[in-house]
Amino acid sequence: MRTVSAAETAPTTYPWAIHAEGLRVRAGRHLAVDGLDLALGAGVHGLLGPNGAGKTTLMRALATVLKPAGGRLALLGESVDSRADLRRVRRGLGYLPQQFGFYPRFTVREFVEYMAWLKEMPKTAVPGAAQRAIERVGLTAKADARMKALSGGMLRRAGIAQAIVNDPQVLLVDEPTVGLDPEQRLDFRELLRDVGVDSCVLVSTHLVEDVVAACTDVVMVNEGRLVYQGTPDDLVAQGSEGDPGDSPAERGYSALLRRHRAVTGR
Amino acid sequence: MTTHISPAMIARYADRGSDLDEVTVWSIEVHLEDCADCRALVAAGTTGDTGALLARIAAGVDEAIAAGPVPAPRRRWSAVPNRWLVWHLVPWLSMTVAVLGCAVLLQAVQPSLPSLVALLAPVAPLPGVAIAWSRRTDPAWELIASTPAAGLAILLRRTAAVLTVVVPALAVASSRTGVSLALTLLPCLAFTAATIALGAYIGVRLAAVGLGIAWALAVVLPAVLTAELPAVLQPGSSLAWALLTLLLAGVAATQSDNFRRLSSHH
Ligand SMILES: [Zn+2]
Repeated sequence: MRTVSAAETAPTTYPWAIHAEGLRVRAGRHLAVDGLDLALGAGVHGLLGPNGAGKTTLMRALATVLKPAGGRLALLGESVDSRADLRRVRRGLGYLPQQFGFYPRFTVREFVEYMAWLKEMPKTAVPGAAQRAIERVGLTAKADARMKALSGGMLRRAGIAQAIVNDPQVLLVDEPTVGLDPEQRLDFRELLRDVGVDSCVLVSTHLVEDVVAACTDVVMVNEGRLVYQGTPDDLVAQGSEGDPGDSPAERGYSALLRRHRAVTGR
Repeated sequence: MTTHISPAMIARYADRGSDLDEVTVWSIEVHLEDCADCRALVAAGTTGDTGALLARIAAGVDEAIAAGPVPAPRRRWSAVPNRWLVWHLVPWLSMTVAVLGCAVLLQAVQPSLPSLVALLAPVAPLPGVAIAWSRRTDPAWELIASTPAAGLAILLRRTAAVLTVVVPALAVASSRTGVSLALTLLPCLAFTAATIALGAYIGVRLAAVGLGIAWALAVVLPAVLTAELPAVLQPGSSLAWALLTLLLAGVAATQSDNFRRLSSHH
């Protein structure tokens, strides 16, 4: 059992965990996110979009790794524009990048503990929190194995463990199910739903099926802009038999994308 | 709480069939949580049934503990954060030490040359500092960049690790060749501070490369050609180096905001 701190039970003072208005973010010279409006609260939100839609750049900006080039971005009610002090917001963040680097000589436990320490968790809380996170992703048996000895799926799970070690209020995961087998995928969806009960979870993926199965909400971007936001059921309702795709959700996805491309003329 | 519960109350509390109201039960329980003496009285006052139940639970808990995994030994994990750094820096730091060793040997063979140790001292820490804070060499840079600890503090921690090797090496080299210790260490610290201060604007790696080239062209090359120690390394210049170090450290400290994110040039 874990003691619940006063901070955890305090009511939130902001309407949205993630709030972007006219957000613009550069990836190199290219404006990968261009005038995006987005407001997300608690729940599991699936971020969909074709390759090059700006998903990864958006995730990096939300993770405060990239500085926005323009517009407004607030996380957990605090502005994270150019000169902001990011420490408080970052303590409430969990982030798993698409390709995450690690130190091959670290054990899983050392890796997760190191990340917990970087997230400025109290020193005494670090070992327990790391153990709990490792258990939640089902890596207990491998906790003391070196990172370089892990398979791709296990690495992914170690990455998820470091992302949730600080019980983040905003959890950002980029393509999390790549490398996971079907059973691990199911476990992972359950974990996301569990975290999403009282936190804001944003999962970027190219698997429409993952979104329908695990998410309470669908966010779709194209060309760096918001195309659509709604429930998975509503996404399904957007498609018709004539649209390309193997499932109702995929047909809904391609119908939305086709309509957006027709409107913008690209 | 200083007043203990009366024995009569405890007897009523321990008796499951008693008529104590809920509020009283709660206040007794709050006291019991903190008071071992009263807990002992409750234990003494329980009936045979309760005793048997407790014994059964205790046996069950003991059994589950014995069947579960062995508790992990208490570890000192404060050493972990530097492990990556240590392994990663070993080749660079050994190269720095080797170059200094060669300078000492060369000096012994060719005493007429201007002091090579003094000429090399300012640039000795630069390769290590450049490696310590660069997204090209830190595999986990994207993970680290999203944490609250990311920034000047980590850079300084890693720089300190570099200096703990470079400074003693310089001290030994200067004592072997009879160069003033102040004129070896102060320029070394000044260039380290300059790298960090300049790094806030153009990135630490580029700053280290730029300062190294500038020093080589402006000071080392003329010194080798004229076979004379330049004015900036003559005995009278220690004070100027000390002031410069303080000034640059001050500049670096005011620029801590620029290290919060790894923008494209870091
Ligand atoms: Zn008492």
